[in-house]
Order: sequence, then C-alpha cells, then structure tokens
Amino acid sequence: MLPLLMSSQEKINGMIMEANDKNEHIGLGGANVYWLNTNIGTVTNLDGKFIIPYSKENTKLIISYVGFKTDTLTIRQPKLVHHWLNPVDNLDAVTVTSRKQATAKSYLQATNTFTVSSDELLKAACCNLSESFETNPSIDVNFADAVTGTRQIKMLGLTSPYILIATENIPTVRGASQAFGLSFIPGTWVESIQITKGAGSVVNGYESIAGQINAELVKPSTDNKLYVNLYGASSERLELNTHINTKLSDKWDTGLYVHGNTHHGVHDVNNDGFLDMPQYDQINVMNRWQYTNPEKGFVSFINLKFLNDKKQTGQLDFDPETDKLTTNAWGSEIDTRRYEVSAKLGYVNPEIPWQSVGIQTAFSSHKQESYFGLKQYDILHNSLYSNIIYNSIISDSRHKIKTGLSYTYDHYDESLETPNLLPDYERTERSIGAFFEYNYDSLDKLNLTAGVRIDNHNLLGTFVTPRLNVRYTPWEKSALRASVGRGKRSANIFAENQSMFSTSRNINILNTTGKVYGLDPEIAWNYGVSYLQGFNLFGRKADVTIDYYKTDFTNQVVVDYENPQEVNFYNLDGKSYANSFQTEFNYNAFEHFDLRLAYKYYKVKTQYNSGELEKPLTPKHRLFANASYETHVRENTTGHWKFDATFNWLGKQRFSSMESNPVVYQLPKYTPTVGTLNVQITKVFSPKFEVYLGGENVTNVRQGNPVLGADNPFGANFDTTYVYGPIFGSMYYAGLRYKIK
Amino acid sequence: MKKIIILLAVLVSTITFAQNKNEKASLEVDGVCLMCKNRIEKACFGTKGVKSAIWDVKTHELKLIYDARKTNLKTIQNSVVAVGHDTKGLKASDEAYASVHPCCKYRDEDVKDDHKGESGHKK
Repeated sequence: MLPLLMSSQEKINGMIMEANDKNEHIGLGGANVYWLNTNIGTVTNLDGKFIIPYSKENTKLIISYVGFKTDTLTIRQPKLVHHWLNPVDNLDAVTVTSRKQATAKSYLQATNTFTVSSDELLKAACCNLSESFETNPSIDVNFADAVTGTRQIKMLGLTSPYILIATENIPTVRGASQAFGLSFIPGTWVESIQITKGAGSVVNGYESIAGQINAELVKPSTDNKLYVNLYGASSERLELNTHINTKLSDKWDTGLYVHGNTHHGVHDVNNDGFLDMPQYDQINVMNRWQYTNPEKGFVSFINLKFLNDKKQTGQLDFDPETDKLTTNAWGSEIDTRRYEVSAKLGYVNPEIPWQSVGIQTAFSSHKQESYFGLKQYDILHNSLYSNIIYNSIISDSRHKIKTGLSYTYDHYDESLETPNLLPDYERTERSIGAFFEYNYDSLDKLNLTAGVRIDNHNLLGTFVTPRLNVRYTPWEKSALRASVGRGKRSANIFAENQSMFSTSRNINILNTTGKVYGLDPEIAWNYGVSYLQGFNLFGRKADVTIDYYKTDFTNQVVVDYENPQEVNFYNLDGKSYANSFQTEFNYNAFEHFDLRLAYKYYKVKTQYNSGELEKPLTPKHRLFANASYETHVRENTTGHWKFDATFNWLGKQRFSSMESNPVVYQLPKYTPTVGTLNVQITKVFSPKFEVYLGGENVTNVRQGNPVLGADNPFGANFDTTYVYGPIFGSMYYAGLRYKIK
Repeated sequence: MKKIIILLAVLVSTITFAQNKNEKASLEVDGVCLMCKNRIEKACFGTKGVKSAIWDVKTHELKLIYDARKTNLKTIQNSVVAVGHDTKGLKASDEAYASVHPCCKYRDEDVKDDHKGESGHKK
C-alpha cells in the first residue's frame, strides 16, 4: 500500500536546454514535454524548467519544440532530467576535423611504438602482410628470392626470426611458418599494425630481439557488413578478398573472411630458363566470432583459420608429373596446409575499470611438404600457446601492473633428403613462464615500463628476461626514449633458411653438443635510444625522429655462406652485432600533402670462421621517400583522388665470398646500388566504392642474373640466393574495393 | 527491538556505503587541452586516496574513483581548483589561474577557439 501511494505522488523535475558547444545551461522555454501515448504533458517555463507527474506505467518521455529534433527519453525511475535539444537545421553546422595521420607515432608511450592504420595500408595494394610494410621506413622488405617469390622483412638489420610477429598478441609467424607466414595473412584482414622497435614488452614472450610487430585483425562488430576486394596484376596475379559480417544478437557477431590468390603466368624476362616468380594458388579462410557484453564487462573472440597454399617454380620446362626429384629439369614445389584455432576472453571489472583479466589460447598445426631440385624438406609443427594476464594498479592509476603466466608447447617433426644431414629431426619444446610488468606514468614528463619474466624451458633451461623502456619529455612536442632488453630463442635452422635448399651447397651443422640441432640457443641484448621532436615548419606540422639501436649477440647460430659450396651452421665464437641508425622526417607540406623521408645506416657484422665480416646482402646505406596527396573531400561531390609514391634506394651490398668458384661463376664483391619507385592512384567514387591503379618498380630496374649456374642446375655452382634487386622488372596492377557498412 | 535492529542494519549499510573504498564520483572541470588533462589528473592524484582520475577534454567531465575512507570529493575538488581549474560550484583563485600555461587559458575565448575541433594537442 505504502510504496504504491508514494509512486503515485512522484514527480519528475527537469530542465530542457538548447544544445551548445560548451554545454552551458541555456533554458528553452515553451518546449512540449509529455509521456508517450498519454495525455499527461506539460510545457517548460521561461527558464526551460518543468515538472511532470511520474508513474511506473510511463517510461517514454517525449520532448519536442518547433525547430528542434524531437527526442524520446527512457525513464525507469523518478529522477532529475537535464536534456539538451538539438536544432533540426544542421545546414550551418560545421564539423572541424583534423586529418588523422596514417602512421601515428606516440609522444606518450614508453616504448618506441608506432601504429600503422588501415589508411596507410591502402597506400600500396598490399595483398598480404609482408607487402604492407613497403611505405614504412622502419621495416625493410627484401626483394623476393629467385625461387619461392617470398619477401622477407628485416628490422634493425636483423631478419624476421629475430622479430616477434603476432596477430592480436598471439605469436603466429614463428617456427615452421617463419619463411612464408607473413604471406599467409591477407592484407585486407589487417585493421592496424603496431611496430615496436627494440626491447618492447615481456608479456608476449622472451623470443623478440630486434622488436615486435602486432597485427590487429578486423573485428566482426566493426568491419563492413560486406567487403569485396579484387586485384589483378600484369604478371597475371589475381586475388580476391571477401568479408561478410553479421550481427547475430546484441552480444554476438560473426564474420567470414575468404582470401584466394592465384598466379599461373610463365615469365622469364631475363632468359635464364627459370621462372621469375613461382606459380601459386592459395585459399585462406577465417571465421571469427565476437561476444561483447559491456554490462558484465566481457569480450571474447573465437577464431578458426584454414590455409592451403601451393607453389611451383623452377625451370620453364619443368613438369612435376614427370620431372619431380629427377635431373630432367630443376623444379620445386612447396605445399602448405595450416589449421589454427584461437580464443580470447577479456574481462574488465565494470565497477573498477583498472582491473581486468585476459586469457588467450591458440593452437596451430602447420604442415609443409616440399622439394627443391633433388632435396626434400618436410616439416610438421604443432603449437599451443596460452597466456593469462591480470591488470591492476598500485595505489592509483599512475602505477599500473600487469602480471600473468604463459605456457607454450611446440612439436617439430622435420624430415630431409639432403647429403650430410640426418633424415629426421624431431623435437618438443615446452616452456612455462611468469611475467610481471610495472608501468609508471607521471602524467607529464616521464613514462616508464619495467618488465621481467622467468621461464622454464625443457631445452633452453630456466632463464630471466628483463626489459626496460623509458620515455622522457624534456620540452613540448618531444619524446626521448631509451630501452634495454634481453631475448632468447631456439633457431629453426631449416625452416628459417629454406632458400639454401635451392643451391648446390652442402649443409653442415658444425656443433653437436647443443640441444637444438646440436646448436645452442641464441641470446642477445638490445639497447636503443630515440628522440622524436614535433615542430611547425612554415606553419605546417612536421616531426623528426632520430634513433640508434644496438643488438649484441651473446650467442648466435651463425649462418655461414662464405664458402660457395657450403652452408655452415655453428655457434658464435666471438662478436656479432647489428647497429642501426635511422633518421626520419615527416612533413605535412601543404594541405592534404604528406612527405616522409628517411635515411638508414646499418652496421651488421658477425665473426665467421673466416673472419669478422659484414652480413651478406645487407646494405650499409638506405634512403626512403614517400609522398602522398589527397584531393579535398567536398560535400555533395562524387568522390576524391589519392596519389601515393614510394621511393627506395639501397646502397651496395656485399655478396658472400665466391673466391673458390671458377671465374665464370664469380660475381663482383659488391652489388650495384638499387633504386625502385612504386606509385598508386586511388579514385574514391563513394564511401562504398573505390578503384585503384598502381605500378611497382615503374622505372623497370632489374637484376640480370639472379640464378648463378642457371645453365647447369645440378652442377656444383648452382645458387639462387644471390638476389639483391627485382627480378621481374616493372609490374602494373589494378583493383577495386566495394563495401557496405 | 526488531525496529532497532532494522534501523541499525540500515545505518551500518549506509556507513559502509559511505566508506566505500572504490567510491565513484563525477565533476565538471573547465579546461581546453591535453596539457590541462595532465594537470587536472595530476592534481587529483596529489590527494591521497584517489585511485583513478580521468578528465575528458570534450565533455569536461572528470570521472573519479577514490577511497572514501581516505578522502572526499570536496578535498579533491579543492586540489583541482588549487592548480587553476574552475570546477562547477568552485572557481579557481586568480593566482592559481595565472599559473596555468598560456595555451591552457580556458577562460579566454581566443584560446578556446584555438582548441576547437581538436580533442587536445597532438598525441
């Protein structure tokens, strides 16, 4: 009786105001306020205030006024209502937007991380992740090798095995997938990429040495409902990407992503009798499920992936049906099949936003069957990764902590048909680790992340991985960073160096006592400093970055190509280091025109058995330039244009020694310099539809003789690894993107 | 007797509520940019017991989570005013306002216009 009586007497007090930028209380007199489907209503007084009777049956309160948009408020309990009404007429409403940078450097974070947005990824028709770094000066994309056509990346002068490459923080491009893994992540699946130079965080493992790359994939809840991307190139390469995303309920979303690419063209522009690029087919499917429950604080992703990739290459007249593993003709086939299941569960305490727990787990099975001439190589890699992270604060949110546990399991089963080596290599790696990371943010000058992890690994032993990142801001628009950290890993010598199979070299492992192929684990320390300064140049935004990184190997598995008849693997005895200096300048020279220039200097040296030498095929000097221009987007016009050009120049690179070869099979000591230019034009017709047209290596620079001993591939001097420049020459492509939000 | 117990229970529960160690509150604070954001949030953390302080450049809302056993909204509000930022109901003194960086003079219309359309300084 009593509560009923009370509610019947309840009233709602409120105020209706005119919307304004400053949220000032400008009362709107004479506005109608009434309950939906009732005749209970009132009009606001001169100050915009009103009182209206409340009863439980009525939950929709309507507010209307001539010249303003009518709003409906849901009222579940009697309370004070403060509401701003928006004018109907938005004709003179001006939206001011500051154009977002496609690659954003952080002035605030402790680590030297930059985020590459999907806008940047569209500057080149990056069909897969390995091609998406071409407009980024911090990552070097090597020229495709003469046989497999895959492009390897480098950071700080070190090859990709020294970079931790993850998708959504789960390490993916590792082990068996190291060689081709980047080409197994289609470009359209990538939402953004975070690149961290140097030590980075300890949360995702102990393996990273040069840096970390994390690719965030598109999410079913935010990606386009339908997305179609079609790409065709003058080399007869064809690619198709489709995304279909569906909202199943207010909490569940799902997406199906299908990628297919095919290339069956026969090209031999240098007339050496070898295909300039492999023929291939790839089918790559991903199904994502997303669960979001903001009230309870839960987010979850479940991903299923399947990949089937086939490559065939070699001499033009090679037919696998009749010539496989014979000396009729030299040829190679690489077949890969990969399954992946991963799940993530995140919980953020809705009451205490700094408390969160994340659990990730991923299982993958990667199988590659291949042969290169007479050499056979098969690998099966089953991998399990799981990680649990707890986030919280100490006393207040300036002191954040992350702590957790991780477990990894890797089983490798490799079989080889090559002289000098055992026919089978099988090993299991298990590691369990605990990590703790502390972050202090003074909210102005200082930001510091200190992390440590302890891992117990069945082959690498028990070891500690410390890492420290500091950012200090001495004055406005600047960031001075320093980092130091340790990394440790077991080298997968065959999977990471597959191009050595396409040579007549004998493969030797010179050590026998170590636990991984007889070799010891690789251990390195990385130190770095970097300085970022933003400023205004002739009234336009500009910034300059200077950084210097040094990687010192305590132990390294040395890959020695210095004898042209052999590839030797052995533990480092002496010094091995990679020093890199980079300076980068970004300038928004005029409206919609951005310029990026970079210069890099590398000093990468290793103590080989034949002496301390520069790492082969690593240029000392590199130049990079990227210019992009976009026409102004006007209201009521059909669209706009985007123009992008990227120039890369590499200084001379050292060839590994060929002194013991007959003179006809000797190349000069150093390569010539190489400069390539890529351009792309995009016409955006509408937010739904765009078309792009581009050219890679438009000046048609070519390396004339990529295959040494091409005249006799089964002879003693056959080698396909001396690649320093483009093999195919210029290539043109066109594509379209169609999307429905 | 029963009534007394109920009364006591109500009283105890209100006391524990008032003594919440993760008390949430929100406050309107004037400012214009990310420098203001740092200054405002830092001022909050100067008060012992404040666990989280997030100020939104656009909405001017300062979201607070603090240990109600150690501090209260009034103390936090005073510390924000002391570094020169006006809050709803409590204005900063002229001396305190004079101490903020020239680009953060949020009472000045010209400065406000300068920051229009951006969500603060470049990140």
